[in-house]
Amino acid sequence: MDKNLAKYIWRHTSRHQIWILFIILLSMPTYFLSLDLPKQIVNGPIQGDGFNTPDAQQVFLRLVIDLPDWLSKAEPFVLFNGFSLDRLQMLMALSGAFLVLVIINGLFKLYINTFKGRLGERMLRRLRFQLIDRVLRFPPNVFKRVKAAEVATMVKDEVEPLGGFIGDAFVQPAFLGLQAATALFFILLQNVWLGLLAAFMVGIQGVVIPKMRRRLIRLGKERQLTARQLAGRVGEIVDGISSIHVHDTSNYERADVADRLGRIFKIRYDLYQWKFFVKFLNNFLAQVTPFLFYAIGGYLALRGQLDIGQLIAVISAYKDLPSPIKDLIDWDQQRIDVQVKYAQVYEQFHVDQIIEPAIQDVTSGPVAPIKTPISVVNFSASDDSGARLLENITLDMRPGESVAVIGTAGGGSEALADTLVRLVWPEQGRVSINGEDLLFLPEALTGRRTAYASGDAFLFQGTIYDNLTYVLKHYPVRERVYEGAALAHRDWEKAEALNAGNPDHDLHGDWIDYATIGVDGPDELFTAMEQTLEAVQFSDDVFDLGLRASVDEKVHPAIPEHIVAARKALRTRLEEENLASLVTSFDAALYNAEATVAENLLFGTPMGSELSNVNLASNAYFRSVLAQAGLDEALYRMGVEIARNAVELFRDLPPDHPFFQQLGFMTADEIPDYQALLQRLQDKPFAQVAEADSKRMMKLAFSYVEPRYRFGLLDQEMMDRIVAARAAFHDNLPESLKGAIEPYDAEGYNKSASILDNVLFGRIGHRHADAADRIRAIVRSVLDDLDVSRDVVRVGLEFNVGVGGRRLTSVQRQKLHVARALLKRGDFIILNKALSSVEQRTQEQLVRSVLGEAARDGRKPAVIWVLSNPNLARLFDRVVVLDRGTAVEDGNYDQLMARKGVFAGLLAS
Amino acid sequence: MQLKDEVELLRRVPLFSNVAPAKLKLLAFTSDRVNFDQGQTLFKQGDPGDAAYVVLSGSADVLVNSQSGEIKVATLEPNSIVGEIAILCDVSRTATVKANAPLETLRIRKDHFLRLLAEFPEMAVEIMRVLADRLSHTTAELSEARSDLRRKAN
Repeated sequence: MDKNLAKYIWRHTSRHQIWILFIILLSMPTYFLSLDLPKQIVNGPIQGDGFNTPDAQQVFLRLVIDLPDWLSKAEPFVLFNGFSLDRLQMLMALSGAFLVLVIINGLFKLYINTFKGRLGERMLRRLRFQLIDRVLRFPPNVFKRVKAAEVATMVKDEVEPLGGFIGDAFVQPAFLGLQAATALFFILLQNVWLGLLAAFMVGIQGVVIPKMRRRLIRLGKERQLTARQLAGRVGEIVDGISSIHVHDTSNYERADVADRLGRIFKIRYDLYQWKFFVKFLNNFLAQVTPFLFYAIGGYLALRGQLDIGQLIAVISAYKDLPSPIKDLIDWDQQRIDVQVKYAQVYEQFHVDQIIEPAIQDVTSGPVAPIKTPISVVNFSASDDSGARLLENITLDMRPGESVAVIGTAGGGSEALADTLVRLVWPEQGRVSINGEDLLFLPEALTGRRTAYASGDAFLFQGTIYDNLTYVLKHYPVRERVYEGAALAHRDWEKAEALNAGNPDHDLHGDWIDYATIGVDGPDELFTAMEQTLEAVQFSDDVFDLGLRASVDEKVHPAIPEHIVAARKALRTRLEEENLASLVTSFDAALYNAEATVAENLLFGTPMGSELSNVNLASNAYFRSVLAQAGLDEALYRMGVEIARNAVELFRDLPPDHPFFQQLGFMTADEIPDYQALLQRLQDKPFAQVAEADSKRMMKLAFSYVEPRYRFGLLDQEMMDRIVAARAAFHDNLPESLKGAIEPYDAEGYNKSASILDNVLFGRIGHRHADAADRIRAIVRSVLDDLDVSRDVVRVGLEFNVGVGGRRLTSVQRQKLHVARALLKRGDFIILNKALSSVEQRTQEQLVRSVLGEAARDGRKPAVIWVLSNPNLARLFDRVVVLDRGTAVEDGNYDQLMARKGVFAGLLAS
Repeated sequence: MQLKDEVELLRRVPLFSNVAPAKLKLLAFTSDRVNFDQGQTLFKQGDPGDAAYVVLSGSADVLVNSQSGEIKVATLEPNSIVGEIAILCDVSRTATVKANAPLETLRIRKDHFLRLLAEFPEMAVEIMRVLADRLSHTTAELSEARSDLRRKAN
């Protein structure tokens, strides 16, 4: 990236800029012809010039090469003799020629604009890519001071105007300048004084206006800066929303935002005022020149120093002058504006110590394992504030050993772990592998042969599978094979990437580097994943996530195939264990007391929104079924009863009372609404109730479950009527709603329901203690027997973890991080308080199982674990103790215990 | 069983006998109806206490671990409440409770229970009365057991 925008643009687009200039010149002749032609049409066929007699004819399209006399004295060379046409024919021919010229001009314009646009977009793509490329190469300390949202706005919004400018960067001034110079030259030829006058006025316009616009630019810069800061602040508010809530600082944030908006308003308003003032001045200067021409030129003409024809020619030539000048000034304004933006962004993205591109070069193929120790030599580092993190540390982490790193509070143990993976850079000293400085080793080596997980676990949005395999995606291992249209598109993608200086790696190829971890493909990788997930005790969670998900039959055919068998096996098991009452199965002829009224009516899973809970009461067909069964009034009455009960129970409670959690179908603020509604509806016959009110009441009834709420509103007769309505609903289901519901089918797989619901084919009773847990255990063993548990785990791996992994708990996130560090099978596994959120009691189990998993199949990686609990240090070969940034003790557990130093002290406390 | 029947049952529990029926209905509504099979445990000694149970029907044994195995210390009859100590003073369960017949209970969650006590002082007083009663019982049994021991030693 060059510091100067023009240089930057010229470097990457010079060839294209020259080409487009050439095309513009090429378009000029037809352009001038098209300006000239109307005159010919008016003077010739229309006014009758040259058609003095009715049958007079003129020649059309005669092409003659007639060189000027001083060049050649030869006779004019006639290319084409042309057609002889009468007046009307001539009119049509000339008009036709005009149309052709208009089309040619249009096509030129289309080509030029498209070309310029493409040029700009390519440069924008290149610039954005380069910016992100730089972000990827920033040294770690930069990220402590930049805000994510600010970087994002810079890459996204602030460089955007550059795209529009790049196409015009060189062409526009050349073109406009030429135009203006020609007009000025013409005036000068007519009369020197008027010419100088015009030049002077243009000079003022060209000097004063840009000067005044400086202020505009300064304001524009401020606007850009404040807007960027606002974006950063908004990002902070979103990220820190929980802090805002728990500390009641929302009004402080409001004040802050209002203050910023006020500042932005002031800047924008200043900008606005100044802009229009400059515009006014500009227009005035442009208009005052004709005045001078009339006054001075007229005076000269009266004195006889200028003839009238010249004056008119000057004035009409001047007409052509202001608009290119104005455009030129506009262009200059845009140039400065864009230059400022570019310079700002350039500055932000130029940081010291940026990582050399070579360190991140794409390295295909295997990387040799690290067989020598990682040596930390005289290493010192500080944090942003200058406080010392590590002080002159020298130690070796040897291959194959397990090391517990224990630190006193602020002892620097976490910084030591970060040091080993280049996340903390030295002030003095260095970390080296086999004598080479870690800072200069390619990331291909460190990133593949060492694994790292820390406690503040960030996950990318995507599935669990994506996040697990993320650590193996170093380079495109296998290109995807494309055919036909897809191949053509892929070739286009590659060519276009090259044109914008982007890499042409195929994102959709297979990036997973199976070879490095010693597996031969997806199946073995899945086995390895299962092992690592088991080691961090995350498998059950994944299994549960799978149970609660619905399945794509095409991806996991095994599950739908076995689901009916699983359903029957579950039934048998429940009966054997006398637990049949735990699950109430769906039966087309019976009311399922544990399911809601709506579920009983629909007897199927809604697909899409038409029959979803929200829209059910509004669906015309569904309502007609209810009306025919006389259920609409019954359900309305039921809803009223539910509302009455709820209001009676909850009306005296403050809205924040925890009891409201029990009330699933109503929120605390709705209670007064319902209270008013009940009063309004009192004693009103059903026929007179407003549609909106009856819908509201019916909705309450739809979500009612007798065993859960126990208001005593469902008697046998009502249940029978609901079951009858259910049959009517399905028998007459119109074609348009067939896709909106998938009926329960005891012998079939319901693809919109979760695996668990499919296996249960019913509802778990509300009244049984631990029913859900007991059922889940039985479901698991049933699926184990049928050999589909692994498929359920696969489904669970497709669970989307949400933004930053927020759909997982913090413990789950940490476990996932450790699992993927293990999955990488590096030579050094560095775990930086990686399981700190896990409960103390399970930490020991986890440490044991993780150490065991790391050493599976005779592998012997070094495991360096920064522990928050010093008691667990006894599980390691070696213990390193840090205090105030220095390594104070180093040895095995027994040695350190015997020494009765800092470590023993930590254990005792 | 409907909510209003549960309210009737709750009123027979001494602890709740003085609480207004409307409040009892709320208590019943916000509590879970939980059934246990014969032999199923409500909770185990040492578990963290998260809820109290009111026995609506059936009966349950209260068992305490000792060196000589589990000892049955009491039997719960309908209308009795169990598990309230653990949620009152944040200790783990002091005994195991196991259904000895099909058991119907109302499970009152800890936060709900504490909230009720805060809102209905008459309930708090009743709790104190029951606890004091139990303490005096236990003290009497303890002194009896000690004098027994002394007699045997002599």
